[in-house]
Amino acid sequence: MRDLLALLAIVLAVPLAAQGSAPPAPYAYRQLDDPDQEAVARELMHTLRCIRCQSQSIADSDAPMAGDMRHQVRIRIAAGEEPEAVRRWLMARYGDYVSYEPVMSATTWPLFAIPPILALLAGLIVWRRLRRRA
Amino acid sequence: MSWRLWLPFLLFFGFAGLAAYQLSQPKDDTIKSTMVGKELPYFTLPPASLERPGVDSRYFYEGEPKLLNIWASWCLPCIAEAAQLEQLKDEGVEIVGVAIRDEPTDVMRFLTQHGNPYTRIGRDDLSEVQLAIGSSGVPETFVIDGKGVITYQHVGDIRHEHVPMLLEELRKAGR
Repeated sequence: MRDLLALLAIVLAVPLAAQGSAPPAPYAYRQLDDPDQEAVARELMHTLRCIRCQSQSIADSDAPMAGDMRHQVRIRIAAGEEPEAVRRWLMARYGDYVSYEPVMSATTWPLFAIPPILALLAGLIVWRRLRRRA
Repeated sequence: MSWRLWLPFLLFFGFAGLAAYQLSQPKDDTIKSTMVGKELPYFTLPPASLERPGVDSRYFYEGEPKLLNIWASWCLPCIAEAAQLEQLKDEGVEIVGVAIRDEPTDVMRFLTQHGNPYTRIGRDDLSEVQLAIGSSGVPETFVIDGKGVITYQHVGDIRHEHVPMLLEELRKAGR
């Protein structure tokens, strides 16, 4: 019986070829003991992009690298770092790309500038029409 | 009919044309590290195999420019670049390895099968060094000058045609 169990364990323990056999980082799936810190960490994780799986946040991804990023976020928050400091640390390495919270920069300013300009233009047109009709 | 009537159409087709052009362009998924040009962050890693010592970031602050190769025994493109790393080693380049999420037995098996171009191999179980230098996957190769500054990042496996380019980057870093 024990041999059979051992055999079963060996068969089940075959690692996924592309993922590596190492276990996930300690805090990849484990929550922080302090619920307040865990809430802060979790909120931050939802705004950080997984580098490997580019359309998911690290909170949503099961990629090993996302797990390692969650581990970083949790231990840094547990050590008392501010969420924005953790975000800045990652952005210093991966650029704006890693953050789902858009910031205004040399490439992104039109995203922020165009909507108010269009709204202003639409308002102007409507205003002129209404005035003409009156 | 005033010419102004055509303005919305022109705007629309201009936009549609721009979108069609952008869609036809190949998408570049690589995320470049923004640590290029900056100093290597401090780290110290235990050895990943019995054959080579571990890696300390201070090691990059002396001597010639070196290559920092991020790899793993479970990574298939790493097998593809093994021959090119060997070639770089034969050219006299020092290659320091960082094994991501790896086991010593797997590392040793990989090195006996595909050759060992490394002078040192650090074990990075939590991708800490990988995250610290802004690397987004395996394999990746960084050129570090003799003063601990990252001067170049190569994303993906090193193909045959990349070897002269990396040698040139190493030469530039040495000046």
